[in-house]
This record gives sequence, C-alpha cells and structure tokens, in this order.
Amino acid sequence: MIYTGLRQTPEMIAETALQEDVDIVGLSILSGAHNVLVPQIIEKLKQNGQGEVLVFVGGIIPKKDIPDLLHAGVTAVYGPGTNTHQISEDIIKATQRPPK
Amino acid sequence: MGKQLINTLTGGDKLTLSRVLTQVENNTAAGNAALEELFPHTGNAHLIGITGAPGCGKSTLVNCLALNLRQSQDVQTKPRVGIIAVDPTSPFTGGALLGDRVRMRDLSGDEGIFIRSMATRGALGGLAHTTAAFTQVLDAASYDIILIETVGAGQSEVEIARLAHTVIVVEAPGMGDDIQAIKAGILEIADILVVNKADKPGAENNARALRTMLEMAHSPGSYAPSRKHLLSSSPDKSVVTDVQNNEKKWTPPVITTVATEEKGFNELLQAIEDHHNYLKSSGEWEQREQANLQLEFEILIRDTLTMRWIEKLPPSVYESTMRDLYQRKIAPHTAVEKLLAYNK
Repeated sequence: MIYTGLRQTPEMIAETALQEDVDIVGLSILSGAHNVLVPQIIEKLKQNGQGEVLVFVGGIIPKKDIPDLLHAGVTAVYGPGTNTHQISEDIIKATQRPPK
Repeated sequence: MGKQLINTLTGGDKLTLSRVLTQVENNTAAGNAALEELFPHTGNAHLIGITGAPGCGKSTLVNCLALNLRQSQDVQTKPRVGIIAVDPTSPFTGGALLGDRVRMRDLSGDEGIFIRSMATRGALGGLAHTTAAFTQVLDAASYDIILIETVGAGQSEVEIARLAHTVIVVEAPGMGDDIQAIKAGILEIADILVVNKADKPGAENNARALRTMLEMAHSPGSYAPSRKHLLSSSPDKSVVTDVQNNEKKWTPPVITTVATEEKGFNELLQAIEDHHNYLKSSGEWEQREQANLQLEFEILIRDTLTMRWIEKLPPSVYESTMRDLYQRKIAPHTAVEKLLAYNK
C-alpha cells in the first residue's frame, strides 16, 4: 500500500497511481469537494490508460451524493465509523484475490 | 510486450514502464522476458544509493536532490531522474505501508522524474530482491540518474554498496552517539557522507567526528576496511590494491545539509559529480558494474538451483524431514544432507 500524504491534487493522485501501477485508489475526502474532485481523478486515470483502476472513497459524504459518485465510476463509498474489515473484504472481493 | 519494448520505454510511455516494473517485481515470465530484451540497453545510468537511519531525512533529501538535479542543468543536458524508494514489509502481516512519497510531493508533475515504491518482501539488507532489476528497467528507459532510497534499518544496509555506483550515507544530529556511527558499519560503504538537519544543535560536532573517523580510516596504509572488500571475494588482495592505488583513492567528503530548506545541495551535487568522475577515471566504475552483475548472477543461480531442486522433491519427503527437524531428531545440517541425498 502506497501512502501519498494529505492534500494531493487530482493530477498528483493520478500520477502516483500511474507510476506505482496500482489496482485500487482509495480516496479520503473530508472537504466536501468530492462531487468535483472524484470525477476529475477518475477522468485522469482513464486518460493515463488506467480506466480499470478501482476507486474507493471514504470520508464525510452525504447520503444523497453517493449515487452520483457510484455513477461516476466509484466502486464503493464509506462513511464515518465503517469497519475496516468491511473495507478490506470489499477490496479483496473487488480484486478477486484470495486473502493471504 | 513485443520486441519494441525498448522503443516504447525510451519514448516515454509511463504506463508500460510501470507495468513492466510490476511484472519484474512479481518475477513473472513476462517480467523476465522484458529484462532479457532490455538488458543490452542498460549500463548507462549513474546509480546513487541513499541510506541512513530512520528519521535522518532520507526521503526529504532524495526529494531535494532530485529537484536540484533537475534545476541545475540547462534544458539539453537535464538528467532524467528515476527514484526507487524501498520500505520494509511487515514480517508479521506480510503487508507494507510505503510512505516515502509523502516527502516527495514537490517532484509531482515533472515529466523527467519517475518515482516507484517497493516493499522489501522479506529481503534483508535494505533492498528488495528485485531492486537491481528495477534499476535495469529504469536505466533502459533512459533515466540518467537513479536514486535508490534504502529501508534505513541501519546496521545491515550493505546491499546498496554492491548495487550503487555512489553511496550517500545520511546522518542527523541527536540520533545516538558517535559510537553508533562506527558500529553501524555503514561508514565503510559511504562514498559521500551527509549530515542532514544541520540547523539542529550538535550537527557541527557530528560532522567533525565523521571527518576524524574518515581520516583514520583513509590514512595511507590503513587496514581499515574500505568498501572494496565488499566488491571482491578476496579481501586481502583488495587491501594490497588499495595501497598501490593510494594516490587515486577517494576520500568521502562530509557535507552538511538542511534538506527542508534546500541548504547544502550545491556542495552535494558537486560531490556526486566528483565521485562520478573519480569512478570513471580510476576504472572503479567498471569494477563496481562487474561486481554488481556477478552478485546478481550468483544470487540468481542459487535461487534457481534451489527452486529446481525443490520442484523435484516429493512434498512428503520434505515434510517428514521437517518433522524430524522440529522434534530435534536430526540437526539442520543433517536434514539438508538427507534431502540432497534423496534427490540423487
């Protein structure tokens, strides 16, 4: 798992995803700008030829925004208090790799 | 990955580069085929290792060094910089959190810089098993300078001395006394010593202590180990060579930096260039390349032989021998002999 640190731009996130050949991008957004930033990131991943990369989003996301994010191509959205086991199970399921 | 892989990579296709690195890291057939194709195009890059204890500022130094390498030259000769950042794999969970990029955010958006993180995946010595192969891929992809940041566990980071042309050992004040530096054994592998965080108290003392130690180690006729003993299978012979070549011998400079403020980097860039020139003019560049390839070959042949032998061995025989071993009926050495004999 590669940790990029806080306050990354969509360009920086897509660049890291490209250089590290990732399977999944996990975004943590608390700023409320998810409706703008998340589609931008997905678009940049596609531009780089990484349309198959899955995007998971966690943070303060109002329920009403979730359908739009899923429609934009996000695989899963998690709110505060989500069990981390749930997230890792979802990741394993999404990538279809048996847990070690 | 077709025959034109080299053209794709030198053409700047980062997705292909990134995917080749994944194949190489996972030791797949495709990865080996890529290495096979790329290998004739390697041998041009200057490999620079950066090592030092956790918290001494390696990642920040790499960040700043890469920035300066990209700034200091005119557009025509600007070197392309590849960065391999190695972090440890947890021996307990098998997972790895690779966080070196956190300190390298300034490098984002520069087309001439490629950063790749690596987990050690159980390898000791500060590098992963496939780090050498990574340098070959980046080298073939026409990255002129490759910065390799080791794990930084401290006392066993000698692998980097075998891989890199130039090893930068980073220290910082307030990280244990001078004895730690001697004990760590990493002074011997240093081509350039950096005292980072030089704005902190004690930095000058730290630098002075290092200079004194280096003077002792590099005085004429000294039997203090030089890093040549790592490169040769016969240490005695290398000492003789050292004495004979005394005039040309490299004495590691001690440079003070403040990586967070970009202080001291002109001196560091100069030292790197000086060392590069020294390696080329003394013939040590060739020696190090050959030693590096020999080591890679030896590790590979050992691993391959082990793999082929294990494939032929019925699992039941292996398991029953292990049981005898666990119950202390036979010693490890006997167990090995027994298994090897079975195959005959």
